[in-house]
Amino acid sequence: MTASIEPGSPVARGERPDAGSTADPTAGLASNVGTPYTTPMSGQTERAAYLGMPGQRPPRLGFFTDTSLCIGCKACEVACKEWNLVPPDTGPSGSHPADLDELRSMDLLGMSYDNSGALGASTWRHVAFIEAEHRTGAAQQGEVRWLMSSDVCKHCTHAACLDVCPTGALMRTEFDTVYVQPDVCNGCGYCVPACPYGVIDIRPGDGRAFKCTLCYDRTKDGLTPACAQACPTESIQFGPLDELRERADRRLAQLHAEGVPEAQLYGRDPDGGVGGDGAFFLLLDEPEVYGLPPDPVVTTRDLPQMWKRAAVAAVGLATAIVGSFLGRR
Amino acid sequence: MARGRRRERDSMVPAAEFSSYYGRPILKKPTWKSPDVPVYLWVGGLAGTSAVVAALGDATGRPALRRSGRLVAAGGALAGTVALMHDLGRPERFLNMLRVIKPTSPLSIGSWILTPFAAFASTAAAAELTGIAPRLGRLAGWGAALFGPPLASYTGVLLSNTAIPAWHEAHRELPLLFASSGAAAGAGAQLLITGLTGAGGRERGPMVRLAVAGATAELVIGEMLEKRLDRIPGDIAGAYRTGAAGRWNRLARGLTACGGLGALLAGRSRVAAIASGAALAAGSLATRFAVFEAGRASASDPQQVVAPQRARLAERGSHSSAEGSWLATENATSPAPRT
Repeated sequence: MTASIEPGSPVARGERPDAGSTADPTAGLASNVGTPYTTPMSGQTERAAYLGMPGQRPPRLGFFTDTSLCIGCKACEVACKEWNLVPPDTGPSGSHPADLDELRSMDLLGMSYDNSGALGASTWRHVAFIEAEHRTGAAQQGEVRWLMSSDVCKHCTHAACLDVCPTGALMRTEFDTVYVQPDVCNGCGYCVPACPYGVIDIRPGDGRAFKCTLCYDRTKDGLTPACAQACPTESIQFGPLDELRERADRRLAQLHAEGVPEAQLYGRDPDGGVGGDGAFFLLLDEPEVYGLPPDPVVTTRDLPQMWKRAAVAAVGLATAIVGSFLGRR
Repeated sequence: MARGRRRERDSMVPAAEFSSYYGRPILKKPTWKSPDVPVYLWVGGLAGTSAVVAALGDATGRPALRRSGRLVAAGGALAGTVALMHDLGRPERFLNMLRVIKPTSPLSIGSWILTPFAAFASTAAAAELTGIAPRLGRLAGWGAALFGPPLASYTGVLLSNTAIPAWHEAHRELPLLFASSGAAAGAGAQLLITGLTGAGGRERGPMVRLAVAGATAELVIGEMLEKRLDRIPGDIAGAYRTGAAGRWNRLARGLTACGGLGALLAGRSRVAAIASGAALAAGSLATRFAVFEAGRASASDPQQVVAPQRARLAERGSHSSAEGSWLATENATSPAPRT
């Protein structure tokens, strides 16, 4: 897909029927829609139909990052920084200032070839380097191998950052990616602890929240996002999500057949706690080894119960105060 | 290197077998500032309770409670608004909070609770201070009383509606804890003020009862919260017991227990009223600091994220995070067993 998209030929049209066809272009995306939590405000919606524009909807776009192909070149990190004009990082995360001194002193983390540390407000692609022993295969077991993986915002189907944003600065685009509008964000910081992957962060000095935009400016013009364009091994693959899912399933089957049983897909499942990731991964070890949560759940899934508790607490408080005024003294 | 390593903490629990990426945090720590946010949480409970006390004091012919309740409610609303604005990365865009109403965002709902509350409470306080338009003041007082209890309890949802284990897993208790802590703070403030001004037993009586009830509920619910977290793997309860959160928590419980006991004598003694009232208000503030710091510690500890999620997956009988759909296809094989 990466190579097949020509500049100026909008991928937005990739799912559209040929002229004269009566097929519903959104039908193929129904599998993306998923779970009962879907509302116009949270999660994937049939937005075009919702807006009264049936048939106008572009496909859901995403990334499939196949870490078995990653060579750790960090071209994605560099291309992202350059295209998006992301400033130098002030640390692995603006929210972990303890790490700042460490970085300022020598600009190195001293733990592997990874010196960006984690995703953050000024690191939208992050290549993880893991030195780990093989755990399968009699010949390889115990031998050391390098795992490399380019992490990115997951563009969740049920995105906690988007749900909790009080200003509406976080929005879902026509490609069902999650985008922060920098002219609206007031830096309240609620999205930061809400993200189950620890992706979005406040940029120190700027005060607003930033994260991967899935190159919204490029996808609108039919271009491939900078990181996928720069990836020399097609470890980062870009395209309509349902195509990527099919491709990932084939790749997983191929790896399993070739004797790599530890290969697993992460974030592909639309029934997961975030309704499936728009950017999902093929991993060669458990997710937590890569710094990913093994079973993330969107926090707003429990929100109805929380609001009920808050209502009970408010009524209880009012009752207690009224009760304290009963009696003669 | 990455396998089996756990973050160094001063914990008595033996190191659990779990993986992480060089012990680094999975979640981002909240960027919310201290003391802005703990103080915001505290004044929400304090002001919300005081507004109801003022309205009921007005209705039952207790002018001292009406007056001090209105002033505390208005002062708290003002302080809370300032704290909320100061916490923003772009304070000049505070009004963007009122662009939308989103039930999925407790901060949006909270802004829509705080805004009318502040308007009503300051109107009532202005009427109290100037003596102008007492009827409008009474009406505004009831308006503030309507928004007061939600202002006290919604902050529990504000914190628990995040991915941070120490906050999210406590989502059943936090609204109740903050409401009862608000009752203790509000009653404590009134005990303190009536003690200082020497307002008599009829004014102080209801506040003694509210103080004892609020302090008791705060202590009991705090204990229930830790008991629930104890049942979850990953030592999430430890976030409330160790480090800065642990110190705030012990201080909060000491102050609240002393304040609650002292309040029993506050009906007769001005000194007891002043001391117990101050202890309860301070204990409530310490509770907010404890919960806030527990969340910061919890976000920094990858074990608290991984262990409960792993347990959840094991309970579902699935090793992988992508249980159920594609694993059931013929292409899938079981992932490698963990050794």
